[in-house]
Amino acid sequence: MSAVIEGKGGFRTWLNKRLPVDQFVEDQLTGYYAPKNFNIWYFFGSLALLMFVLQIVTGIFVTMHFKPGWESAWPSLQVMVREVPYMWLIQGLHVVGASFFFIVVYLHMARAFLYGSYKAPREVLWVIGMLIYLALMAEAFMGYVLPNGNMSFWGAQVIINLFGTIPGIGPDLVEWIRGDYGIGDALLNRFFSLHVVALPLVLLLLIGLHLVALRQVGSNNPDGIEIKEKLGKDGKPLDGIPFHPYYTLKDIVGVGLFLTVFAIVVFFMPTFFGLFQESPNFEPASLVSTPDHIKPVWYFTAYYAILRAIPDQRLGALLMALAVAAFMFMPWLDRGKNKSIRYRGIASKLLLAMFFISFLLLMWLGLQPAEPLYVFMARVCTVTYFAFFILLPFVSKADSNGPVPERVIYHAH
Amino acid sequence: MSDHAADDTVPEVDESRRKFLIAATAATGAVGAVLTAVPFVASWKPSESARAAGLPTEIDLSRLEPGQMITSFWRKQQIYVVRRTPDMLASLPSHDGELKDPESKDSDQPAYARNAQRALRAEVLVLIGTCTHLGCLPKQRFTPNDATVMAHWPGGFFCPCHGSKFDLAGRVFKGSPASVNLRIPPYSFPSADKLVIGVDPVAEKGAA
Repeated sequence: MSAVIEGKGGFRTWLNKRLPVDQFVEDQLTGYYAPKNFNIWYFFGSLALLMFVLQIVTGIFVTMHFKPGWESAWPSLQVMVREVPYMWLIQGLHVVGASFFFIVVYLHMARAFLYGSYKAPREVLWVIGMLIYLALMAEAFMGYVLPNGNMSFWGAQVIINLFGTIPGIGPDLVEWIRGDYGIGDALLNRFFSLHVVALPLVLLLLIGLHLVALRQVGSNNPDGIEIKEKLGKDGKPLDGIPFHPYYTLKDIVGVGLFLTVFAIVVFFMPTFFGLFQESPNFEPASLVSTPDHIKPVWYFTAYYAILRAIPDQRLGALLMALAVAAFMFMPWLDRGKNKSIRYRGIASKLLLAMFFISFLLLMWLGLQPAEPLYVFMARVCTVTYFAFFILLPFVSKADSNGPVPERVIYHAH
Repeated sequence: MSDHAADDTVPEVDESRRKFLIAATAATGAVGAVLTAVPFVASWKPSESARAAGLPTEIDLSRLEPGQMITSFWRKQQIYVVRRTPDMLASLPSHDGELKDPESKDSDQPAYARNAQRALRAEVLVLIGTCTHLGCLPKQRFTPNDATVMAHWPGGFFCPCHGSKFDLAGRVFKGSPASVNLRIPPYSFPSADKLVIGVDPVAEKGAA
């Protein structure tokens, strides 16, 4: 217990006896020691939290003007962005915010791959993070379907029909998801409910659990050394500094830089060359015209490229699901002694590079039309993508694990 | 039980009785939770009005010329109706070797449309215009030898989304991401020029 609580008199003492505010701040911020050698990769966790808050706040205002439904969604969106003061901006923040949320989350995940942040004792932290990623994908997909633009509609058609490939129950499952023989009011209204109420609650819960697990095991760092193993005389980690004020202030710098880039995109390139908002989605859904080239938003295209590369629908859908699910098993697939890529051999470095390149190439290929050359390239990348997960247990174990320094590497500025 | 104050010995716990009670309570609770979920899950099924909107659709064939296609809707799905020319029909058996399911064994169609032409009446092809891969609309590419589709193209349908190819009976070509032929809805001909989607032919007519 901190001294403040035991001190005499005052509102603060009165309150703390009833609600442990000071205790909470100490546990979570001032008394929480984080490694002192965080680099730029460590901005993206707090930025992801910032994006979640931004999506919630802008989403609340978009919901005030949006009318879900087959007939009503599109016109209400037009009224919102053309006639309601400043809603062009708030809706723009929400749409561009979705893409930035994924940019930040992908960088956050890449950081874990680089420094082995998923390895023991952070397996549960990682699995919760992956559940957040899954919930976020569902949230983003449903949000994309809601305006009922033509790409919303045909994208939803493709994704929902994926469930039809499940043996036996597939067709009935699809009818149950849609609540109709095709996409209509039933689907758009249930997606609205899930997008606005259910999934944000799930995300909130999972993000809370992610932070609880993080406080329990502590942050990893670029050297992959456990700072809790080197304690000073005061019992505090020698290589740790209190999260507040050191990292709260550092994160504010990251927030400032990030919001600058974000604002430039929102104001000057809100479609981001057709990547964040696609041109077919600037016309309402049409049952009679498929866009010539159906593709999801950029953050799903890596998996979409895998789906398209496989000349069998069931196997394609299965591999697509596996491509996402494989991340979950990282803590157990990686059997390296050292966490950080800094202290692993050349084979591990090449393997990880191959994975990053495969993922980025698949992302790009998923945006291209289904022409033979691109399909062939996607097949090659699908092989290298899965090869990473299959080879990782062997390479990480056999690869020379260089000596790890006793203390984290840190240069004072 | 008459004197609580004097009784300070703790009675021995009957472990097996306790285990049974915990298991029984948990099982009853689980059954209750599942039963409570039923209305919530069932509320996602199609409503009565959605079912009513899925009633049969009539299509007039009198102005459909040979080689032409018209489209209609049934259950929010596009229905393709093609009046095939004798040339089109003659081309069908020529490429069986290039098809995934030439005899429509694994594909979805009414029994009366599971034949060489996949049709009740050979010249009229009726298909659900939803790609069996992932639900896009396959586009008509009826001109034979259209090299932009593939070499030796016999004419048929091409899905622009993921590149599935189907012949003029809706049968899928090898190398397509789709695994089965385009689906055929139940349909019948109440009169010479009238087509009804969603109703099977009455027995004596459906013998074909």
